[in-house]
Amino acid sequence: MMLMLILSLSVLVAASVLLILSRDTLRLVVGLAMLGGAANLMVFLAGRPGSILPPIIAAGAETLPSAAANPLPQALVLTAIVIGFALLCFSLVLIANLARHDARQDGDDLRAVEPEATDPLKPPVMEP
Amino acid sequence: MLLLLPLLIPLAAALLTALLPMHGRVRQAVGVVAALIQVLAAGALLSALPAGGRFSLVLGNWPLPYGIELAADTLSAALILVSALLGLAVMLYSLGRDDQESAAATPLMLGLLASVAAVFLAADLFNLYVWFELMLIATLGLLVGSGDPRRSEAAFKYLVLNLLGTLLVLVAVALIYAASGQLNFVALQVAGQWPEVAAGLRPYLGLLLLALLLKAGALPLFAWLPASYPVLPPPVLALVGGLLTKVAAYVLLRLAGQVFAVPDLWLEALGWLALLTMLAGVLGAAYHWDVRRILALHIISQVGYLLLGIALSSPAAAAGTAFFAVHNILVKANLFLIAGLMFASAGHYDLRRIGGLYAARPLLAVLFLLSAFSLVGVPPSTGFWGKFMLLREAFEQERYVWGGGALAVGLLTLYSMSKIWLEGFWKAHPDATASAGIIPVAAYAAVLLLTGLILVMGLYPEPFIDLAQVATSDFWNQGSGT
Repeated sequence: MMLMLILSLSVLVAASVLLILSRDTLRLVVGLAMLGGAANLMVFLAGRPGSILPPIIAAGAETLPSAAANPLPQALVLTAIVIGFALLCFSLVLIANLARHDARQDGDDLRAVEPEATDPLKPPVMEP
Repeated sequence: MLLLLPLLIPLAAALLTALLPMHGRVRQAVGVVAALIQVLAAGALLSALPAGGRFSLVLGNWPLPYGIELAADTLSAALILVSALLGLAVMLYSLGRDDQESAAATPLMLGLLASVAAVFLAADLFNLYVWFELMLIATLGLLVGSGDPRRSEAAFKYLVLNLLGTLLVLVAVALIYAASGQLNFVALQVAGQWPEVAAGLRPYLGLLLLALLLKAGALPLFAWLPASYPVLPPPVLALVGGLLTKVAAYVLLRLAGQVFAVPDLWLEALGWLALLTMLAGVLGAAYHWDVRRILALHIISQVGYLLLGIALSSPAAAAGTAFFAVHNILVKANLFLIAGLMFASAGHYDLRRIGGLYAARPLLAVLFLLSAFSLVGVPPSTGFWGKFMLLREAFEQERYVWGGGALAVGLLTLYSMSKIWLEGFWKAHPDATASAGIIPVAAYAAVLLLTGLILVMGLYPEPFIDLAQVATSDFWNQGSGT
């Protein structure tokens, strides 16, 4: 179980780094989403995974059974998934908007805010 | 309850302005009122705190260390007050802009103010991560604005690099939890007393500090800042550029100075990194001619001063860092607002296309000079006292290269500011037929408010320096982390 989680985490991180290093904006966003998934898996791994016993104190008992699952990482992952999903949706709309002006969707074409200098000494003028 | 008010007020106002259908001007007016109430609430919180005291509120009906703790000490309360004052000035400035975007930005600005206040209040690592994400979301909304392609591009670059930063924060938080079983600041501080726990935490702490350095805009990781800030409208730029990097620097100070034991070697490296960050920012600014770019790159060099204060790792340096952060939030935001007024008056942000502002707008020229002198650190100004506190500590610790470097950066800052003065205000306008544009009264009021605060802090610094010293008196006491 632990080995499976670690292996899938490594594959996920490797694939997302490969995608993030791509110049294609869509691949970059997909890579970021995958890295977010890897981060969530990491949070999950941090809190003693493996138990499927729900963390509920039985009637009459005072403490949790010692083999109960750790509820905290699950709560944390749930929060992180929600935020990550919102940001993924936002970034998809953002690159769709960018693609309307640049069909190639190449990260190297994004020079409107930082135009290349033509003069050897002075920076180019950016119209407001 | 007093603790929650500075967070709840802007949050409630953000929801109100976003959900209720209202006219743009009404929305902006609600923003001003909400910011004003937040200032009052933050002031009440700061004055209710006993000297060196700490208010704590545990949410979620669980005792510590399981409950979610929000806490305010003098440092966080003072920084909340400053960010609320900045929010008020920015909202006032927006009142003078009668366009669709300014009205639409109001809920996002309020959301940003709420999440910044929450970061200052957060007392556990995961909560900190969540509020950092909310700060990111609000900022992205402000960056995109009306969706013109340049703004989308800026938002995309900002999103990619900052999302990497927050993901690193999340991973580091998870690993720190795995290594120590704690997320609460006080519990982590206690857990760090055991040498084996502290040693186990160290690599993950490094990851967390790295992510925060990215958020603060330290040397190799600041590419997102000049790629996104120079296309923002002035009020948004003042709020975002004035606050965000300083918030990350505050978290660095809090974590390194109070929660975790940071190894001395890392602090040494941070000091050199701070020096290089200062130089990189100020040299970049010296190259540029666009006022917004010059000021945005100066943010990076000012962050260098804050990192220097953290690297010096003593209560006196922490007091200097706190004072400098307050100074820098106010002065930098004010300069961005003044840049907006220069644009409104002269018609361009590039210094090669404008001029003659001293003749056309003498009051604006005086306001610019006061803020520019403060940024440079001419005595008696806020920048002078902040730099004095930091440099005295640097020389006392015999860090002559760091202190000397900081002084040289001050001189180069003077170069940039005099460039704006000579080109923007002194020389004649290159287009002789150009007439000065109209500046709304509300915008002047915002700049006057911030300038007034800067003047009071500069001419009568003693209570503020005392407050900074009280706020940071228990920093760097958690034992040396060798």
